[in-house]
Amino acid sequence: MLCRRIIPCLDVAGGRTVKGIKFQNLRDIGDPVALAVVYQEQGADELLFLDISASHEGRETMFHVVEQVAESLMIPFTVGGGVSTLAHVKKLLNCGADKVSVNTAAVYNPQLIKEIADECGSQCCVLAIDARRRSDGNGWEVLTHGGRKIAREDALAWAKEAVELGAGEILLTSWDRDGTHEGFDLELTRAFADALPVPVIASGGASGAGSFVDVFQQGHADAALAASIFHDGEWTVEGLKEVIKQEGIPVRL
Amino acid sequence: MIELIDYGGGNVGSVIRCLHRLEIPFRMAGPDSLPSGDRPMILPGVGAFGSVMRRLSEGRELSKGGLADRIKALVAEGTPYLGICVGLQVLLDESTENPGVPGLGLIPGKVVKFTGGKIPQIGWNSIHAPNGKQAPDGYVYFVNSYYAAPADPSVVLYEANYNGPFCAAIQKDNITAFQFHPEKSGHFGHELFRRWFDAV
Repeated sequence: MLCRRIIPCLDVAGGRTVKGIKFQNLRDIGDPVALAVVYQEQGADELLFLDISASHEGRETMFHVVEQVAESLMIPFTVGGGVSTLAHVKKLLNCGADKVSVNTAAVYNPQLIKEIADECGSQCCVLAIDARRRSDGNGWEVLTHGGRKIAREDALAWAKEAVELGAGEILLTSWDRDGTHEGFDLELTRAFADALPVPVIASGGASGAGSFVDVFQQGHADAALAASIFHDGEWTVEGLKEVIKQEGIPVRL
Repeated sequence: MIELIDYGGGNVGSVIRCLHRLEIPFRMAGPDSLPSGDRPMILPGVGAFGSVMRRLSEGRELSKGGLADRIKALVAEGTPYLGICVGLQVLLDESTENPGVPGLGLIPGKVVKFTGGKIPQIGWNSIHAPNGKQAPDGYVYFVNSYYAAPADPSVVLYEANYNGPFCAAIQKDNITAFQFHPEKSGHFGHELFRRWFDAV
């Protein structure tokens, strides 16, 4: 039976992982390659590397990081953050990324999704959506520019359009829950997971194991992504999976 | 030493990196430098059945029959073959993905599409050996919309379930083929790779 996936997310800037990472036994906690291997050994099913570099130099460094990660890692990984052209996608794939996620650039140029899917295949084209509950309560809108812009009125319609264009997976982040540790947005996740013919990765709000059980059982997510609960050492991927498995959810353990 | 076939259409990088990690020496073969047959060969495949078959029938050495004919001849002579993903599917006679395009026809049967669930299947699935075959169970990483349905079920090395049972790997004489990606399947996938290499 196909397993539900657990995906740790690493923010990378200038070749270093950022945000408070509190591992005891890592010699260099800033090294994304070393951290990636730790998560792989814990049983992570995939990894997401988000390039949050603001500078051109930082972006160039990312290609080198991707090459090193690809040499070391034995599981699939996705790279995203500021990807805006087909050439950029192809370069990341050539460096060894298995998938590339696109977000803002695709919202303003949906044909980018089609170009990636046609050239590289849908299986490596992940569309990331930052979704926020609309103020009138009906559905969700798409945010870009760090939440400063409402790019689309209807996030689900955007997701459907993107899948038509060739997006192979949807990385769905709840803007309302991100960073809150209040659990995943189950209603949002379920609405997308039930309506879309491609896998949906839930993101934003991860807290304890219960939040993962909920997002798989009630949110119907195919995969769930989290950062700080792993970086803080609060949970290992393995520990999380043991609890999830006890609830009868198929996970790789 | 093995020969890794790069037909020019798929990304062989992940298999190359896997071979590096396992310290398995290899050399490249392709449409312009056909595999010699004195080494076991690996064919990783990505993309549509039809486009892979077309690529296998192109190249400067087409006068010698190209990759497709060479692979068929070498397998018939007993050269060990490892197919990965579409490298498994092209072994069959044909695929519903591209009707009318003949496969290599080394394994009788056809390739068919999943009829339920999200397509493609993306992620880790458990595999087990049916028919009392000796092979270790484990979890492996799949990305596929189609799977092989061999006419002779005894060639199925591994079975998995995605809204019904499907063939996850084939073994017949000198042919081994995985529908999943051993190079992306963690320690277990690397172990399967290593077992094949040690056996050949």
